[in-house]
Amino acid sequence: MSKGLNALREWIDARFPMTSNWEAHLSKYYAPKNFNFWYYFGSLALLVLVNQILTGIFLTMNYKPDATLAFASVEYIMRDVDYGWLIRYMHSTGASMFFVVVYLHMFRGMMYGSYRKPRELLWLIGMAIFFVLMSLAFTGYILPWGQMSYWGAQVIVSMFGAIPVVGDSLTLLLLGDFNLSDATLNRFFAYHVVTLPLLMIVLVFVHILALHEVGSNNPDGVEIKANKNPETKIPVDGIPFHPYYSVKDIVGVIVFLIVFCTIVFFAPEFGGYFLEHNNFIPANTLQTPDHIAPVWYFTPYYSMLRAVTVNFLWIDAKLWGVILMGAAVVIFAFLPWLDRSPVKSIRYKGPIFKFALTMFVISFFVLGYLGMKAPTPLYTLLAQIFTVVYFAFFILMPWYSKIDKTKPEPKRVTK
Amino acid sequence: MMKLRTFLFILCMAPLTVFAAPPGMPLDEAPINTKDNESLQRGAESFVNYCLTCHAASYMRYNRHRDIGLSEPEALALLVKTGQKAGDLMFTAMDKKEGEEWFGVLPPDLSVIARSHGADWLYTYLRAFYRDSSTVPGWNNLVFDRAAMPHVLYELQGEQKLVVETIGGEEVQSLELVKAGTMTVGEYDQYVADLVNYLVYIGEPAANDRKRIGMYVLIFLFGMLGLTIALKREYWRDIH
Repeated sequence: MSKGLNALREWIDARFPMTSNWEAHLSKYYAPKNFNFWYYFGSLALLVLVNQILTGIFLTMNYKPDATLAFASVEYIMRDVDYGWLIRYMHSTGASMFFVVVYLHMFRGMMYGSYRKPRELLWLIGMAIFFVLMSLAFTGYILPWGQMSYWGAQVIVSMFGAIPVVGDSLTLLLLGDFNLSDATLNRFFAYHVVTLPLLMIVLVFVHILALHEVGSNNPDGVEIKANKNPETKIPVDGIPFHPYYSVKDIVGVIVFLIVFCTIVFFAPEFGGYFLEHNNFIPANTLQTPDHIAPVWYFTPYYSMLRAVTVNFLWIDAKLWGVILMGAAVVIFAFLPWLDRSPVKSIRYKGPIFKFALTMFVISFFVLGYLGMKAPTPLYTLLAQIFTVVYFAFFILMPWYSKIDKTKPEPKRVTK
Repeated sequence: MMKLRTFLFILCMAPLTVFAAPPGMPLDEAPINTKDNESLQRGAESFVNYCLTCHAASYMRYNRHRDIGLSEPEALALLVKTGQKAGDLMFTAMDKKEGEEWFGVLPPDLSVIARSHGADWLYTYLRAFYRDSSTVPGWNNLVFDRAAMPHVLYELQGEQKLVVETIGGEEVQSLELVKAGTMTVGEYDQYVADLVNYLVYIGEPAANDRKRIGMYVLIFLFGMLGLTIALKREYWRDIH
């Protein structure tokens, strides 16, 4: 038996790099041995992606991208398709959990300086993934064709209209019509199930390739490749990804699934945060809801959009809002060049960085909270203050990361 | 450091200080129990007798009532008045155009109404109609001002009137029963509770299955957690 299998392996290896890839990416890919809690979210993001693709395929079999049928087809899935409710809830919960794990994954990178040399490109590819993820979430949220699908999309689409010169033609191209309509739904369906998932899979693949080229960072921010065993050429602080991290990540997967399944089976609406109450009302093009709020993962950016209330420098407030919102996402991409600290990890960075990062996290949460609420003068003022705090974290980084009192990095990873 | 922490804490809490209760009348808590089949069956019967005349529940099938203990023949006997088949969706008999003419708006489909409005809102709404001669239907509602729907259950509840009192400088609205219906207040509350219970059930017929299956899934996952932790420990014994 094993002789036959060996022969098969040799036969394949002579024609396809099976064993060499297995070794390069799993059994002889050396990862730092000191990964902590924060290092689970990369593999979890991959798990959620697989979940979204698999459940998405089954949803596509029964969903109808037609403005008159879409809402009813979702309810058909919920009632008449065998375990359709489970598939749908796994997909809707997966969408929110995708953002949870990706935000935590990004935060890990910010804490331990994972964007620093030589991982700048890895970080940029990750930013592209983040952008595609946001597009996927936006195009997917339209598909149930509820009130929030329709009016939320209306808000976002109107942002493109604010762009000077090309705004109107860009909106027309996106919508396929002069208004959000059946043509738009068809278009967004195509983006959501073909264009963007393909792009996502390619980018994730490239992200992993880039990671395996430079190797993983770790909570100490020291390069394990700088300290190799002279005989074996294996990093002294590295351990093979498989089996060590494969068995460790499985524990993370189970813990994640416990959280995920608790939501799917016991609170799929998650108090109106994952599935909004108003989205159980079919889209009505003649009736604007009193209060339009995007799903929670977009609310920090939505707050910034609404925070600009004055026209400034020939540009009107709405366009400034759009610019700020775009900048708030894009600015992450500049982190590798904004950070001038001699050390990577928060463990050895000084008090100013710790304060700045804390303020950034607070501003992200406060803006997220404000984005869910109807604006009041006080809320708008708070949104303005915290938008400034959010951007200050990035814009002032070249200055404060240089003057901050850092601790010396250790030569090798610590426990 | 302490000062910094206090400062950060206050910043975090700042948005909460202005958190105000949502406007409108406080809602009564609906006594929902989607495992109480008798209540759900009573609600189903009331739904067919009163609501289905104008409102559809067009995502719900008659034979789906097996969930609440009605076999196909039982469901047909209890719920079908005009010859629909077991697998039919619960459409309304009312013509769409006529409905719009009569009420100004098309009466909404009620399949997922409990998911958009919530059980408490429905429970309060159906008990908060009062006589108001200034409106077209002759009725108004405390939680849904100028609702297009007349008080369909008026024979059961009787007639309420709006009482506005000024207590401590603030206007307080309440309702007073001025003409008794065929039911006592307690009976009517129970009747509405059954109906809302049914609306919650048709909002998500699989909800009870979902929770039941969820228990097994979680038990399995906790078992797996023990095994995977043991496996990880075994492999990692030699890593220091």
